[in-house]
Amino acid sequence: MIRASGLTKRYKAVEALRGLDLAVPEGKVLALLGPNGAGKTTAVRCLTTLLKPDAGSATVAGIDVLADPAGARAKIGLSGQYAAVDEHLTGYENLVMVGRLYHLGKSRAQARARELLERFDLSEAADRPSKTYSGGMRRRLDLAGALVAAPPVLILDEPTTGLDVRSRQQMWDVIRELVASGATLLLTTQYLEEADRLADDIVVIDHGQAIAHGTADELKATTGGERIEVVLADVEDRDAAVRTLTEIAVGDVRVSDNGRELSVAVSGRGAGHLLHVLQGFERDSVTVLDAGLRRPTLDDVFLSLTGHATEDAVAGTDDKNKELAK
Amino acid sequence: MSTATQALTDGWVVAQRNLIKIKRVPEVLVFVLISPIMFVLLFAFVFGGAIDPPGSVNYKEWLIAGIFAQTVVFGATFTGAGLAEDMQKGIIDRFRSLPMSSSAVLVGRTTSDVVYNILSLIIMALTGLLVGWRIREGVVDAILGFALLLLFAYAVSWVMAFVGMLVPSVEVINNASFIVIMPLTFVSNAFVPTETFDGALRTIVEWNPVSTLTQASRELFGNTGGFAPTDAWSMQNPVLYTLIWVGVILLVFAPLAVRQYRLTTSK
Ligand SMILES: Nc1ncnc2c1ncn2[C@@H]1O[C@H](COP(=O)(O)OP(=O)(O)OP(=O)(O)O)[C@@H](O)[C@H]1O
Ligand SMILES: [Mg+2]
Repeated sequence: MIRASGLTKRYKAVEALRGLDLAVPEGKVLALLGPNGAGKTTAVRCLTTLLKPDAGSATVAGIDVLADPAGARAKIGLSGQYAAVDEHLTGYENLVMVGRLYHLGKSRAQARARELLERFDLSEAADRPSKTYSGGMRRRLDLAGALVAAPPVLILDEPTTGLDVRSRQQMWDVIRELVASGATLLLTTQYLEEADRLADDIVVIDHGQAIAHGTADELKATTGGERIEVVLADVEDRDAAVRTLTEIAVGDVRVSDNGRELSVAVSGRGAGHLLHVLQGFERDSVTVLDAGLRRPTLDDVFLSLTGHATEDAVAGTDDKNKELAK
Repeated sequence: MSTATQALTDGWVVAQRNLIKIKRVPEVLVFVLISPIMFVLLFAFVFGGAIDPPGSVNYKEWLIAGIFAQTVVFGATFTGAGLAEDMQKGIIDRFRSLPMSSSAVLVGRTTSDVVYNILSLIIMALTGLLVGWRIREGVVDAILGFALLLLFAYAVSWVMAFVGMLVPSVEVINNASFIVIMPLTFVSNAFVPTETFDGALRTIVEWNPVSTLTQASRELFGNTGGFAPTDAWSMQNPVLYTLIWVGVILLVFAPLAVRQYRLTTSK
Protein backbone atom coordinates (compact mmCIF):
# COMPACT_ATOMS: atom_id res chain seq x y z
CA MET A 1 0.00 0.00 0.00
CA ILE A 2 2.92 2.30 0.76
CA ARG A 3 6.19 1.55 -0.94
CA ALA A 4 9.35 3.62 -1.13
CA SER A 5 12.67 2.71 -2.54
CA GLY A 6 15.98 4.47 -2.47
CA LEU A 7 14.61 7.77 -1.16
CA THR A 8 17.42 10.28 -1.05
CA LYS A 9 17.30 13.92 -0.03
CA ARG A 10 20.10 16.28 0.75
CA TYR A 11 19.94 19.75 2.28
CA LYS A 12 23.19 21.52 1.50
CA ALA A 13 25.55 19.91 4.01
CA VAL A 14 23.09 17.44 5.50
CA GLU A 15 22.12 14.18 3.88
CA ALA A 16 18.68 13.88 5.42
CA LEU A 17 17.80 10.64 3.60
CA ARG A 18 20.28 8.17 2.22
CA GLY A 19 18.45 5.60 0.16
CA LEU A 20 15.56 4.74 2.45
CA ASP A 21 13.39 1.73 1.55
CA LEU A 22 9.98 1.12 3.08
CA ALA A 23 6.99 -1.08 2.48
CA VAL A 24 3.68 -1.14 4.31
CA PRO A 25 1.20 -3.83 3.26
CA GLU A 26 -2.50 -2.98 3.15
CA GLY A 27 -4.14 -2.75 6.57
CA LYS A 28 -0.82 -2.88 8.43
CA VAL A 29 0.98 -0.40 10.63
CA LEU A 30 4.61 0.50 10.15
CA ALA A 31 6.45 2.59 12.70
CA LEU A 32 9.44 4.60 11.60
CA LEU A 33 11.50 4.83 14.75
CA GLY A 34 14.40 7.20 15.10
CA PRO A 35 15.93 9.97 17.19
CA ASN A 36 15.87 13.71 16.42
CA GLY A 37 17.28 14.47 13.00
CA ALA A 38 17.12 10.87 11.80
CA GLY A 39 15.15 11.89 8.72
CA LYS A 40 11.64 10.83 9.78
CA THR A 41 9.94 14.07 8.81
CA THR A 42 11.88 14.25 5.57
CA ALA A 43 10.70 10.74 4.69
CA VAL A 44 7.11 11.64 5.55
CA ARG A 45 7.27 14.79 3.44
CA CYS A 46 8.61 12.86 0.46
CA LEU A 47 5.86 10.24 0.75
CA THR A 48 3.13 12.87 1.05
CA THR A 49 4.25 14.88 -2.00
CA LEU A 50 5.29 17.86 0.12
CA LEU A 51 8.91 17.40 -0.84
CA LYS A 52 10.58 16.13 -3.99
CA PRO A 53 13.27 13.59 -3.21
CA ASP A 54 16.59 13.97 -5.05
CA ALA A 55 16.44 10.32 -5.99
CA GLY A 56 14.30 7.29 -5.39
CA SER A 57 10.64 6.59 -5.92
CA ALA A 58 7.50 6.02 -3.91
CA THR A 59 4.00 4.79 -4.51
CA VAL A 60 0.97 5.13 -2.28
CA ALA A 61 -2.10 3.00 -2.99
CA GLY A 62 -0.50 2.15 -6.31
CA ILE A 63 -0.07 5.80 -7.32
CA ASP A 64 3.38 7.15 -8.06
CA VAL A 65 3.73 10.19 -5.80
CA LEU A 66 6.20 11.88 -8.14
CA ALA A 67 4.25 11.31 -11.34
CA ASP A 68 0.78 12.02 -9.95
CA PRO A 69 1.05 14.01 -6.73
CA ALA A 70 -2.58 15.17 -6.82
CA GLY A 71 -3.79 11.60 -7.24
CA ALA A 72 -1.62 10.42 -4.35
CA ARG A 73 -2.84 13.24 -2.10
CA ALA A 74 -6.41 12.08 -2.55
CA LYS A 75 -5.41 8.73 -0.99
CA ILE A 76 -3.38 10.07 1.93
CA GLY A 77 -4.42 11.59 5.22
CA LEU A 78 -1.45 13.42 6.70
CA SER A 79 -0.98 14.63 10.22
CA GLY A 80 2.38 16.36 10.26
CA GLN A 81 4.76 16.87 13.14
CA TYR A 82 3.39 20.34 13.85
CA ALA A 83 -0.37 20.66 13.86
CA ALA A 84 -1.54 22.12 10.55
CA VAL A 85 -4.59 23.98 11.78
CA ASP A 86 -5.62 27.59 11.32
CA GLU A 87 -5.46 29.17 14.73
CA HIS A 88 -8.02 31.88 13.97
CA LEU A 89 -10.61 29.40 12.78
CA THR A 90 -12.69 27.34 15.19
CA GLY A 91 -12.29 23.57 15.20
CA TYR A 92 -15.51 23.28 13.24
CA GLU A 93 -14.48 25.88 10.67
CA ASN A 94 -11.12 24.20 10.22
CA LEU A 95 -12.71 20.86 9.42
CA VAL A 96 -15.42 22.30 7.17
CA MET A 97 -12.73 24.15 5.22
CA VAL A 98 -10.72 20.96 4.79
CA GLY A 99 -13.85 19.07 3.72
CA ARG A 100 -14.69 21.67 1.12
CA LEU A 101 -11.15 21.61 -0.21
CA TYR A 102 -11.59 17.86 -0.60
CA HIS A 103 -14.64 18.83 -2.69
CA LEU A 104 -17.14 17.09 -0.44
CA GLY A 105 -19.68 19.84 -0.96
CA LYS A 106 -20.78 22.24 1.74
CA SER A 107 -23.42 20.20 3.54
CA ARG A 108 -21.41 16.98 3.54
CA ALA A 109 -18.34 18.87 4.74
CA GLN A 110 -20.40 20.29 7.62
CA ALA A 111 -21.85 16.92 8.58
CA ARG A 112 -18.42 15.29 8.43
CA ALA A 113 -16.92 18.05 10.60
CA ARG A 114 -19.54 17.51 13.33
CA GLU A 115 -19.03 13.78 13.17
CA LEU A 116 -15.26 14.02 13.54
CA LEU A 117 -15.43 16.60 16.33
CA GLU A 118 -17.71 14.23 18.19
CA ARG A 119 -15.42 11.28 17.63
CA PHE A 120 -12.32 13.17 18.77
CA ASP A 121 -14.00 14.51 21.85
CA LEU A 122 -13.86 18.09 20.62
CA SER A 123 -17.58 18.86 20.37
CA GLU A 124 -17.50 21.17 23.34
CA ALA A 125 -14.62 23.19 21.93
CA ALA A 126 -15.97 23.08 18.38
CA ASP A 127 -16.87 26.74 18.22
CA ARG A 128 -13.79 28.19 19.87
CA PRO A 129 -10.84 29.46 17.80
CA SER A 130 -8.29 26.66 17.75
CA LYS A 131 -5.60 28.87 19.22
CA THR A 132 -7.36 28.42 22.55
CA TYR A 133 -6.88 24.63 22.31
CA SER A 134 -4.39 22.64 24.36
CA GLY A 135 -1.58 20.80 22.60
CA GLY A 136 -3.47 17.52 22.77
CA MET A 137 -6.68 19.05 21.41
CA ARG A 138 -4.84 20.70 18.56
CA ARG A 139 -3.18 17.42 17.73
CA ARG A 140 -6.55 15.65 17.67
CA LEU A 141 -8.03 18.39 15.50
CA ASP A 142 -5.15 17.99 13.09
CA LEU A 143 -5.66 14.24 12.94
CA ALA A 144 -9.38 14.84 12.38
CA GLY A 145 -8.37 17.06 9.45
CA ALA A 146 -6.40 14.17 8.01
CA LEU A 147 -9.45 11.91 8.25
CA VAL A 148 -12.04 14.19 6.67
CA ALA A 149 -12.10 12.34 3.35
CA ALA A 150 -11.66 8.92 5.00
CA PRO A 151 -8.43 8.25 3.09
CA PRO A 152 -7.24 4.63 2.87
CA VAL A 153 -3.66 5.56 3.85
CA LEU A 154 -2.72 7.52 6.96
CA ILE A 155 0.67 9.02 7.61
CA LEU A 156 1.27 10.46 11.06
CA ASP A 157 4.48 12.23 11.99
CA GLU A 158 5.15 11.87 15.73
CA PRO A 159 1.46 11.86 16.68
CA THR A 160 2.08 11.79 20.43
CA THR A 161 5.23 13.81 20.96
CA GLY A 162 4.57 16.49 23.54
CA LEU A 163 1.35 14.93 24.81
CA ASP A 164 0.80 13.97 28.42
CA VAL A 165 0.15 10.37 29.43
CA ARG A 166 -3.61 10.64 29.21
CA SER A 167 -3.67 12.38 25.83
CA ARG A 168 -1.17 9.87 24.52
CA GLN A 169 -3.36 7.02 25.64
CA GLN A 170 -6.33 8.65 23.91
CA MET A 171 -4.34 9.09 20.74
CA TRP A 172 -3.30 5.45 20.84
CA ASP A 173 -6.92 4.38 21.18
CA VAL A 174 -7.88 6.53 18.21
CA ILE A 175 -5.07 5.09 16.12
CA ARG A 176 -6.05 1.53 17.02
CA GLU A 177 -9.64 2.23 15.98
CA LEU A 178 -8.45 3.58 12.67
CA VAL A 179 -6.41 0.48 12.02
CA ALA A 180 -9.29 -1.74 13.08
CA SER A 181 -11.45 0.01 10.50
CA GLY A 182 -9.01 -1.00 7.80
CA ALA A 183 -6.63 1.94 7.35
CA THR A 184 -3.02 1.43 6.33
CA LEU A 185 -0.81 3.45 8.59
CA LEU A 186 2.71 4.80 8.69
CA LEU A 187 3.69 6.58 11.84
CA THR A 188 6.95 8.00 13.08
CA THR A 189 7.97 8.04 16.69
CA GLN A 190 10.89 8.40 19.01
CA TYR A 191 9.50 5.90 21.47
CA LEU A 192 10.03 2.20 21.16
CA GLU A 193 7.10 1.66 23.47
CA GLU A 194 4.78 3.47 21.09
CA ALA A 195 6.04 1.51 18.11
CA ASP A 196 5.68 -1.61 20.20
CA ARG A 197 2.05 -0.94 21.05
CA LEU A 198 0.84 0.21 17.69
CA ALA A 199 2.97 -1.24 14.93
CA ASP A 200 3.09 -4.57 13.16
CA ASP A 201 6.49 -3.71 11.86
CA ILE A 202 9.23 -1.30 12.84
CA VAL A 203 11.95 0.32 10.78
CA VAL A 204 14.65 1.98 12.85
CA ILE A 205 16.33 4.85 11.05
CA ASP A 206 19.37 6.90 11.84
CA HIS A 207 21.15 9.45 9.67
CA GLY A 208 18.68 8.89 6.86
CA GLN A 209 19.14 5.14 6.61
CA ALA A 210 17.23 2.13 7.84
CA ILE A 211 19.50 0.41 10.32
CA ALA A 212 17.13 -2.30 11.48
CA HIS A 213 13.81 -3.73 10.53
CA GLY A 214 11.53 -6.17 12.32
CA THR A 215 8.80 -6.61 14.85
CA ALA A 216 9.12 -5.04 18.27
CA ASP A 217 10.09 -8.39 19.76
CA GLU A 218 12.76 -8.97 17.18
CA LEU A 219 14.27 -5.59 17.85
CA LYS A 220 14.18 -6.05 21.57
CA ALA A 221 15.84 -9.40 21.14
CA THR A 222 18.81 -7.63 19.58
CA THR A 223 19.25 -5.78 22.84
CA GLY A 224 18.73 -8.88 24.95
CA GLY A 225 15.11 -8.09 25.75
CA GLU A 226 14.15 -6.99 29.22
CA ARG A 227 16.72 -6.40 31.93
CA ILE A 228 16.62 -6.89 35.67
CA GLU A 229 18.39 -4.17 37.56
CA VAL A 230 19.20 -4.20 41.25
CA VAL A 231 20.91 -1.76 43.56
CA LEU A 232 22.57 -3.34 46.59
CA ALA A 233 22.57 -1.72 50.00
CA ASP A 234 25.97 -3.16 50.78
CA VAL A 235 28.81 -3.84 48.37
CA GLU A 236 29.79 -6.88 50.51
CA ASP A 237 26.76 -8.73 49.09
CA ARG A 238 28.01 -8.41 45.54
CA ASP A 239 29.27 -11.94 45.01
CA ALA A 240 26.15 -13.54 46.43
CA ALA A 241 24.01 -11.32 44.24
CA VAL A 242 26.00 -12.10 41.11
CA ARG A 243 25.60 -15.82 41.82
CA THR A 244 21.81 -15.53 41.98
CA LEU A 245 21.61 -13.29 38.91
CA THR A 246 23.79 -15.62 36.85
CA GLU A 247 21.18 -18.35 37.27
CA ILE A 248 18.71 -16.46 35.10
CA ALA A 249 20.99 -14.21 33.03
CA VAL A 250 21.23 -14.17 29.26
CA GLY A 251 24.87 -13.20 28.78
CA ASP A 252 27.03 -11.55 31.43
CA VAL A 253 26.04 -9.80 34.60
CA ARG A 254 26.93 -6.12 34.27
CA VAL A 255 28.36 -4.58 37.41
CA SER A 256 28.78 -0.85 37.88
CA ASP A 257 32.08 0.70 38.96
CA ASN A 258 30.94 1.13 42.54
CA GLY A 259 29.98 -2.56 42.63
CA ARG A 260 26.46 -1.94 43.92
CA GLU A 261 24.43 -1.62 40.71
CA LEU A 262 23.98 -4.86 38.85
CA SER A 263 22.00 -5.68 35.75
CA VAL A 264 21.31 -8.67 33.57
CA ALA A 265 19.40 -9.34 30.40
CA VAL A 266 16.64 -11.91 30.75
CA SER A 267 14.49 -13.70 28.24
CA GLY A 268 10.85 -14.73 28.39
CA ARG A 269 8.77 -13.79 31.39
CA GLY A 270 10.74 -11.11 33.20
CA ALA A 271 8.44 -10.99 36.21
CA GLY A 272 9.04 -14.64 37.02
CA HIS A 273 12.79 -14.11 36.85
CA LEU A 274 12.53 -11.10 39.10
CA LEU A 275 10.63 -13.13 41.67
CA HIS A 276 13.29 -15.82 41.49
CA VAL A 277 16.05 -13.26 42.04
CA LEU A 278 14.30 -11.67 45.00
CA GLN A 279 13.70 -15.06 46.62
CA GLY A 280 17.39 -15.87 46.16
CA PHE A 281 18.35 -12.55 47.80
CA GLU A 282 15.98 -13.26 50.69
CA ARG A 283 17.59 -16.69 51.20
CA ASP A 284 21.10 -15.20 51.18
CA SER A 285 20.04 -12.14 53.22
CA VAL A 286 21.13 -9.76 50.46
CA THR A 287 19.57 -6.34 51.11
CA VAL A 288 18.54 -4.30 48.06
CA LEU A 289 17.69 -0.60 47.81
CA ASP A 290 16.00 -1.05 44.50
CA ALA A 291 15.15 -3.92 42.23
CA GLY A 292 13.18 -3.83 39.03
CA LEU A 293 12.41 -4.98 35.57
CA ARG A 294 13.30 -2.56 32.83
CA ARG A 295 11.97 -2.73 29.29
CA PRO A 296 14.47 -1.85 26.61
CA THR A 297 14.15 1.75 25.49
CA LEU A 298 14.96 3.27 22.16
CA ASP A 299 18.33 4.08 23.67
CA ASP A 300 19.05 0.43 24.38
CA VAL A 301 18.01 -0.57 20.88
CA PHE A 302 20.13 2.19 19.49
CA LEU A 303 23.09 1.42 21.60
CA SER A 304 23.10 -2.16 20.50
CA LEU A 305 22.43 -1.36 16.83
CA THR A 306 24.81 1.50 16.30
CA GLY A 307 27.15 1.41 19.22
CA HIS A 308 26.20 5.03 19.96
CA ALA A 309 23.42 6.46 22.04
CA THR A 310 20.73 8.68 20.57
CA GLU A 311 21.77 12.29 20.37
CA ASP A 312 18.94 13.21 22.67
CA ALA A 313 20.21 10.91 25.36
CA VAL A 314 23.64 12.46 25.05
CA ALA A 315 22.51 16.05 25.06
CA GLY A 316 19.80 15.36 27.60
CA THR A 317 17.53 17.95 26.09
CA ASP A 318 14.01 17.84 24.87
CA ASP A 319 13.58 20.57 22.30
CA LYS A 320 10.52 18.88 20.95
CA ASN A 321 8.37 19.74 23.93
CA LYS A 322 9.53 23.29 23.85
CA GLU A 323 8.66 23.60 20.17
CA LEU A 324 5.24 22.14 20.72
CA ALA A 325 4.57 24.39 23.64
CA LYS A 326 4.97 27.45 21.42
CA MET B 1 -14.48 20.00 -12.67
CA SER B 2 -12.17 21.98 -14.94
CA THR B 3 -8.90 23.30 -13.55
CA ALA B 4 -10.11 26.89 -13.76
CA THR B 5 -13.41 26.36 -11.94
CA GLN B 6 -11.63 24.29 -9.34
CA ALA B 7 -9.09 27.08 -8.78
CA LEU B 8 -11.99 29.49 -8.30
CA THR B 9 -14.09 27.34 -5.97
CA ASP B 10 -11.06 26.29 -3.90
CA GLY B 11 -9.87 29.90 -3.94
CA TRP B 12 -13.22 31.05 -2.61
CA VAL B 13 -13.00 28.58 0.29
CA VAL B 14 -9.56 29.98 1.17
CA ALA B 15 -10.88 33.54 0.77
CA GLN B 16 -13.66 32.80 3.27
CA ARG B 17 -11.05 31.58 5.69
CA ASN B 18 -9.13 34.86 5.29
CA LEU B 19 -12.30 36.85 5.83
CA ILE B 20 -13.09 34.99 9.06
CA LYS B 21 -9.77 36.28 10.31
CA ILE B 22 -11.04 39.86 9.89
CA LYS B 23 -13.79 39.02 12.36
CA ARG B 24 -11.43 37.28 14.80
CA VAL B 25 -8.66 39.87 14.71
CA PRO B 26 -10.59 43.12 14.66
CA GLU B 27 -7.37 45.14 15.00
CA VAL B 28 -6.73 44.43 11.33
CA LEU B 29 -10.17 45.71 10.40
CA VAL B 30 -9.62 48.88 12.38
CA PHE B 31 -6.43 49.46 10.45
CA VAL B 32 -8.18 48.79 7.17
CA LEU B 33 -10.86 51.31 8.02
CA ILE B 34 -8.97 53.98 9.91
CA SER B 35 -6.07 54.55 7.58
CA PRO B 36 -8.20 55.51 4.55
CA ILE B 37 -10.17 57.94 6.72
CA MET B 38 -6.91 59.39 7.91
CA PHE B 39 -5.64 59.74 4.35
CA VAL B 40 -8.73 61.54 3.14
CA LEU B 41 -8.78 63.94 6.07
CA LEU B 42 -5.05 64.54 6.03
CA PHE B 43 -4.82 65.33 2.34
CA ALA B 44 -8.06 67.27 2.24
CA PHE B 45 -7.17 69.55 5.11
CA VAL B 46 -3.37 69.70 5.00
CA PHE B 47 -2.92 70.03 1.25
CA GLY B 48 -6.47 70.94 0.34
CA GLY B 49 -5.81 74.66 0.54
CA ALA B 50 -2.12 74.67 -0.28
CA ILE B 51 -2.22 73.36 -3.82
CA ASP B 52 -4.13 75.09 -6.53
CA PRO B 53 -4.67 73.04 -9.65
CA PRO B 54 -5.25 75.00 -12.87
CA GLY B 55 -8.72 75.91 -13.97
CA SER B 56 -11.65 76.33 -11.68
CA VAL B 57 -11.04 73.04 -9.97
CA ASN B 58 -11.89 72.44 -6.35
CA TYR B 59 -8.67 70.75 -5.20
CA LYS B 60 -10.31 68.74 -2.43
CA GLU B 61 -12.74 67.23 -4.87
CA TRP B 62 -10.07 66.71 -7.49
CA LEU B 63 -7.79 65.04 -4.95
CA ILE B 64 -10.15 62.34 -3.69
CA ALA B 65 -9.77 60.07 -6.75
CA GLY B 66 -5.99 60.25 -6.26
CA ILE B 67 -6.37 59.17 -2.66
CA PHE B 68 -8.63 56.31 -3.70
CA ALA B 69 -6.02 55.17 -6.21
CA GLN B 70 -3.13 55.45 -3.80
CA THR B 71 -4.95 53.61 -1.00
CA VAL B 72 -6.09 50.65 -3.06
CA VAL B 73 -2.68 50.27 -4.67
CA PHE B 74 -1.04 50.32 -1.24
CA GLY B 75 -3.62 47.76 -0.15
CA ALA B 76 -1.77 45.20 -2.24
CA THR B 77 0.87 45.16 0.48
CA PHE B 78 -1.67 43.24 2.53
CA THR B 79 -1.73 40.52 -0.07
CA GLY B 80 2.02 40.04 0.06
CA ALA B 81 2.24 40.29 3.83
CA GLY B 82 -0.74 37.99 4.38
CA LEU B 83 0.71 35.35 2.10
CA ALA B 84 4.17 35.65 3.60
CA GLU B 85 2.58 35.07 6.99
CA ASP B 86 0.59 32.08 5.73
CA MET B 87 3.71 30.47 4.32
CA GLN B 88 5.24 30.39 7.77
CA LYS B 89 2.17 28.85 9.40
CA GLY B 90 1.44 25.17 9.81
CA ILE B 91 -1.82 25.49 7.88
CA ILE B 92 0.08 25.71 4.61
CA ASP B 93 1.10 22.06 5.06
CA ARG B 94 -2.55 21.10 5.38
CA PHE B 95 -3.39 23.03 2.22
CA ARG B 96 -0.54 21.34 0.41
CA SER B 97 -1.54 17.86 1.50
CA LEU B 98 -5.03 18.31 0.07
CA PRO B 99 -5.96 17.50 -3.52
CA MET B 100 -6.87 21.13 -4.10
CA SER B 101 -5.83 23.53 -6.83
CA SER B 102 -2.28 24.73 -6.26
CA SER B 103 -3.28 28.30 -7.10
CA ALA B 104 -6.13 28.33 -4.56
CA VAL B 105 -4.07 29.86 -1.76
CA LEU B 106 -3.14 32.76 -4.03
CA VAL B 107 -6.56 33.11 -5.63
CA GLY B 108 -8.07 33.07 -2.14
CA ARG B 109 -5.79 35.77 -0.81
CA THR B 110 -6.16 38.11 -3.78
CA THR B 111 -9.93 37.62 -3.65
CA SER B 112 -10.26 38.36 0.05
CA ASP B 113 -8.17 41.48 -0.51
CA VAL B 114 -10.77 42.71 -3.00
CA VAL B 115 -13.19 42.60 -0.08
CA TYR B 116 -10.72 44.64 2.00
CA ASN B 117 -10.50 47.16 -0.82
CA ILE B 118 -14.27 47.37 -1.21
CA LEU B 119 -14.54 48.12 2.51
CA SER B 120 -11.88 50.79 2.39
CA LEU B 121 -13.38 52.38 -0.75
CA ILE B 122 -16.77 52.59 0.96
CA ILE B 123 -15.23 54.19 4.02
CA MET B 124 -13.21 56.63 1.93
CA ALA B 125 -16.20 57.56 -0.21
CA LEU B 126 -18.28 58.28 2.90
CA THR B 127 -15.51 60.34 4.45
CA GLY B 128 -15.03 62.10 1.12
CA LEU B 129 -18.72 62.97 0.94
CA LEU B 130 -18.46 64.46 4.42
CA VAL B 131 -15.61 66.78 3.46
CA GLY B 132 -17.23 67.94 0.24
CA TRP B 133 -16.44 65.38 -2.45
CA ARG B 134 -19.28 64.84 -4.92
CA ILE B 135 -20.09 62.38 -7.67
CA ARG B 136 -20.96 64.58 -10.63
CA GLU B 137 -21.43 62.09 -13.45
CA GLY B 138 -24.09 59.40 -13.37
CA VAL B 139 -24.25 56.56 -10.86
CA VAL B 140 -23.27 54.08 -13.57
CA ASP B 141 -20.10 56.00 -14.34
CA ALA B 142 -19.27 56.20 -10.66
CA ILE B 143 -19.70 52.45 -10.30
CA LEU B 144 -17.44 51.95 -13.29
CA GLY B 145 -14.90 54.21 -11.60
CA PHE B 146 -14.94 52.11 -8.44
CA ALA B 147 -14.79 48.93 -10.51
CA LEU B 148 -11.71 50.16 -12.34
CA LEU B 149 -10.02 51.00 -9.04
CA LEU B 150 -10.77 47.52 -7.71
CA LEU B 151 -9.63 45.83 -10.89
CA PHE B 152 -6.31 47.63 -10.94
CA ALA B 153 -5.79 46.93 -7.23
CA TYR B 154 -6.53 43.27 -7.92
CA ALA B 155 -3.82 43.17 -10.56
CA VAL B 156 -1.28 44.82 -8.24
CA SER B 157 -2.27 42.24 -5.61
CA TRP B 158 -0.85 39.56 -7.87
CA VAL B 159 2.43 41.45 -8.16
CA MET B 160 2.66 41.52 -4.38
CA ALA B 161 1.58 37.88 -4.21
CA PHE B 162 4.59 37.05 -6.34
CA VAL B 163 6.86 39.16 -4.13
CA GLY B 164 5.33 37.49 -1.07
CA MET B 165 6.28 34.08 -2.47
CA LEU B 166 9.76 35.28 -3.36
CA VAL B 167 10.60 36.70 0.08
CA PRO B 168 8.33 35.08 2.64
CA SER B 169 8.95 37.63 5.37
CA VAL B 170 6.33 40.11 6.46
CA GLU B 171 8.86 42.83 7.33
CA VAL B 172 10.65 42.61 4.01
CA ILE B 173 7.34 42.75 2.13
CA ASN B 174 6.25 45.85 3.98
CA ASN B 175 9.49 47.64 3.22
CA ALA B 176 9.70 46.43 -0.36
CA SER B 177 6.18 47.54 -1.12
CA PHE B 178 6.86 50.94 0.43
CA ILE B 179 9.92 51.38 -1.77
CA VAL B 180 8.04 50.44 -4.94
CA ILE B 181 4.56 51.80 -4.35
CA MET B 182 5.53 55.11 -2.76
CA PRO B 183 7.30 56.45 -5.89
CA LEU B 184 4.66 54.91 -8.12
CA THR B 185 1.90 56.86 -6.43
CA PHE B 186 3.87 60.06 -5.87
CA VAL B 187 5.33 60.32 -9.36
CA SER B 188 1.79 60.45 -10.69
CA ASN B 189 -1.05 62.89 -10.97
CA ALA B 190 -2.69 61.50 -7.84
CA PHE B 191 -1.82 64.53 -5.70
CA VAL B 192 -0.52 67.17 -8.08
CA PRO B 193 -1.56 67.92 -11.66
CA THR B 194 0.48 66.47 -14.52
CA GLU B 195 1.35 70.01 -15.70
CA THR B 196 3.46 70.66 -12.64
CA PHE B 197 5.99 68.01 -13.76
CA ASP B 198 8.62 68.89 -16.39
CA GLY B 199 10.46 67.05 -19.12
CA ALA B 200 11.20 63.37 -18.64
CA LEU B 201 9.38 63.28 -15.32
CA ARG B 202 6.22 64.51 -17.02
CA THR B 203 6.43 61.64 -19.54
CA ILE B 204 6.81 59.16 -16.71
CA VAL B 205 3.81 60.65 -14.94
CA GLU B 206 1.73 60.53 -18.12
CA TRP B 207 2.46 56.87 -18.77
CA ASN B 208 2.36 55.78 -15.13
CA PRO B 209 -0.73 53.55 -14.82
CA VAL B 210 -1.48 55.06 -11.41
CA SER B 211 -1.90 58.41 -13.21
CA THR B 212 -4.22 56.99 -15.80
CA LEU B 213 -6.17 55.12 -13.13
CA THR B 214 -6.57 58.40 -11.27
CA GLN B 215 -7.42 60.27 -14.45
CA ALA B 216 -9.97 57.66 -15.44
CA SER B 217 -11.73 57.69 -12.08
CA ARG B 218 -11.69 61.49 -11.98
CA GLU B 219 -13.45 61.50 -15.32
CA LEU B 220 -15.93 58.82 -14.26
CA PHE B 221 -16.72 60.61 -11.00
CA GLY B 222 -16.89 63.93 -12.83
CA ASN B 223 -14.18 65.49 -10.69
CA THR B 224 -11.95 66.96 -13.42
CA GLY B 225 -13.58 70.33 -13.06
CA GLY B 226 -13.63 70.62 -16.85
CA PHE B 227 -9.86 70.54 -16.76
CA ALA B 228 -8.48 68.73 -19.85
CA PRO B 229 -5.87 65.96 -19.65
CA THR B 230 -2.48 66.39 -21.32
CA ASP B 231 -1.95 65.22 -24.89
CA ALA B 232 -0.29 61.85 -24.24
CA TRP B 233 -2.31 58.92 -25.65
CA SER B 234 -2.42 57.30 -22.23
CA MET B 235 -4.02 60.37 -20.67
CA GLN B 236 -6.44 60.74 -23.55
CA ASN B 237 -7.59 57.11 -23.20
CA PRO B 238 -7.08 56.48 -19.50
CA VAL B 239 -9.66 53.70 -19.09
CA LEU B 240 -8.36 51.68 -22.00
CA TYR B 241 -4.72 52.27 -21.09
CA THR B 242 -5.35 51.23 -17.47
CA LEU B 243 -7.18 48.10 -18.60
CA ILE B 244 -4.23 47.16 -20.80
CA TRP B 245 -2.01 47.37 -17.74
CA VAL B 246 -4.40 45.26 -15.73
CA GLY B 247 -4.34 42.59 -18.44
CA VAL B 248 -0.57 42.62 -18.82
CA ILE B 249 0.08 42.50 -15.06
CA LEU B 250 -2.31 39.60 -14.59
CA LEU B 251 -0.93 37.66 -17.53
CA VAL B 252 2.63 38.07 -16.30
CA PHE B 253 2.37 37.96 -12.53
CA ALA B 254 -0.42 35.45 -11.88
CA PRO B 255 1.52 32.59 -13.53
CA LEU B 256 4.77 33.81 -11.96
CA ALA B 257 3.21 33.85 -8.50
CA VAL B 258 1.71 30.38 -8.91
CA ARG B 259 5.02 29.03 -10.17
CA GLN B 260 6.86 30.63 -7.26
CA TYR B 261 4.29 29.18 -4.84
CA ARG B 262 5.03 25.71 -6.14
CA LEU B 263 8.77 26.29 -5.93
CA THR B 264 8.67 27.76 -2.43
CA THR B 265 6.50 24.99 -1.09
CA SER B 266 8.46 22.10 -2.56
CA LYS B 267 11.85 22.98 -1.10
N1 LIG C 1 14.65 22.58 5.35
C1 LIG C 1 15.81 22.06 5.79
N2 LIG C 1 16.98 22.68 5.52
C2 LIG C 1 18.16 22.15 5.94
N3 LIG C 1 18.27 21.02 6.65
C3 LIG C 1 17.14 20.35 6.94
C4 LIG C 1 15.85 20.84 6.54
N4 LIG C 1 14.92 19.97 6.98
C5 LIG C 1 15.58 19.00 7.64
N5 LIG C 1 16.91 19.22 7.62
C6 LIG C 1 17.93 18.35 8.20
O1 LIG C 1 17.71 17.04 7.76
C7 LIG C 1 17.93 16.12 8.81
C8 LIG C 1 16.70 15.25 9.01
O2 LIG C 1 15.65 16.07 9.48
P1 LIG C 1 14.19 15.53 9.81
O3 LIG C 1 13.36 16.71 10.14
O4 LIG C 1 13.73 14.64 8.71
O5 LIG C 1 14.45 14.66 11.11
P2 LIG C 1 13.41 13.99 12.09
O6 LIG C 1 13.78 12.56 12.17
O7 LIG C 1 12.03 14.31 11.68
O8 LIG C 1 13.75 14.66 13.47
P3 LIG C 1 12.80 15.12 14.66
O9 LIG C 1 12.61 13.94 15.53
O10 LIG C 1 13.59 16.17 15.34
O11 LIG C 1 11.55 15.65 14.08
C9 LIG C 1 18.28 16.93 10.04
O12 LIG C 1 19.68 16.90 10.20
C10 LIG C 1 17.82 18.32 9.71
O13 LIG C 1 18.66 19.28 10.29
MG1 LIG D 1 10.48 15.28 12.51
